Amino acid sequence: MKRSADVVIIGGGISGLSTAYNLARLGCKDVVVLEKDSLYSGATGRCAAGFRQTFGLEINCLLAKKSYEILVNLNELLDYHRDIELKQGGYLWLLRTDKEVELYRKNIELQNSLGIESRLITAEEAREIVPYLNPEGIKACTFHQEDGHVNPFYVSQAYAEAARRLGVEIDTFTEATDIKVENNHISEVITNKGKIATNKVLNAAGAFAKDVGRMVGVELPLKPQRHQILATEPVEPLVEPMVICTDFYCIQEPRGNFLMGYGDPNEPEGTAVSSSWKFLEEIARRVCKILPILVNIRVVRQWAGSYTMTPDAAPILGPVPQVEGFYLAVGFSGHGFMLGCITGVLMAECILAKETTLPIDKFNIGRYERGELLKEPAVA
Amino acid sequence: MSSDEENTVVCRCEDITLKEIEELIAHGFKTMDELKRISKCGMGPCQGRTCRQIVMREIAKATGKDIRDINLSTFRPPAENIKLGILAEAAGGKDEKKR
Repeated sequence: MKRSADVVIIGGGISGLSTAYNLARLGCKDVVVLEKDSLYSGATGRCAAGFRQTFGLEINCLLAKKSYEILVNLNELLDYHRDIELKQGGYLWLLRTDKEVELYRKNIELQNSLGIESRLITAEEAREIVPYLNPEGIKACTFHQEDGHVNPFYVSQAYAEAARRLGVEIDTFTEATDIKVENNHISEVITNKGKIATNKVLNAAGAFAKDVGRMVGVELPLKPQRHQILATEPVEPLVEPMVICTDFYCIQEPRGNFLMGYGDPNEPEGTAVSSSWKFLEEIARRVCKILPILVNIRVVRQWAGSYTMTPDAAPILGPVPQVEGFYLAVGFSGHGFMLGCITGVLMAECILAKETTLPIDKFNIGRYERGELLKEPAVA
Repeated sequence: MSSDEENTVVCRCEDITLKEIEELIAHGFKTMDELKRISKCGMGPCQGRTCRQIVMREIAKATGKDIRDINLSTFRPPAENIKLGILAEAAGGKDEKKR
């Protein structure tokens, strides 16, 4: 293990790996990524791996659009030898109240103005996209064809391998246990395998980012929450888009298995990733009502991962005022994977004090103190 | 590499051969979890009940570790494959349809 580095990244998920690659691409190759378990073993490897551009705030749309533009070219960009299994079946949002329809009508106006070609469709039109959809109670839907799904393991692995080729050191099963700060400057990261002298640290620790913040005395407004998910056996292609609503999301992967889950608003704060029987019954009930064709498909496994929520459901990106050299890419509130490609670009630029591809000031942690919350309306 | 290894299927659900597993281990995927995520080995309908021990043995062989020191991948519920419709009924989905 290296004993010093220009930048130490804490977290071997998509945000950390993508930042490591982009730092190296921009010429900063003296980078160490610390991952306490194996790569993408946290939220990145546990997520449903959907990606969409259809948000309700301009700044989030732009972020997601840029991330998408990188993702669709990622195989070539990173010269990765496996196919990342990109599937653009679209996102079909089911809207079931007039209030929802009104909100999404506004979101679509915004999205269209930014070149995101989402559209409002009727339940009948939705049935042309998903013939097995039960239209009962659906007032309207939004559909955006470019959205989709990708293999999160391969995307992350592609970044890891590209970063390594450029000279980045990735240390798995190596846990950052403390960070030394001298005169408000970072001087050292302490791990279970030794110390690394450095002046710059990126906190990309996902659900554990709060703990990493505390290592430098910064209290982050993060709330990790368990989200459960299941996978079914693979079957013939039945549902093309991601079907999503306030009750659940459900997508059929290219290999034929379905992934589905929902967020429980009563889920307590914590990093536990245990599974419950209640989730199995509840998700089955919710999904089978809308997609009755799925009743005979078997569940093969269930698991859980963490959403790391912020007070406004938007990520925190950039430096912190208290500690020089401490950067944040945290609190993605369930969208860390889909924003991962752009997160890496922006954080690398930010750490190297270059002009960022997109302005990220609005994502700075200072917004909470200033009361300038982003309040993303289009999250489920 | 002998053709035996190319023809020996380790994970029947995902159709993964011994040769593929050996190559992945050689490329640095040296734990059950890492191998599972990169190859999907053990993620099919049997959930690793056939391949788990074989893959563990291969890791032990390649790394020189004792098989007892290889960490298992997580056993995920449910214990047996179960139809979504049965779960939905248990949750009262049937009653809801009648309503």
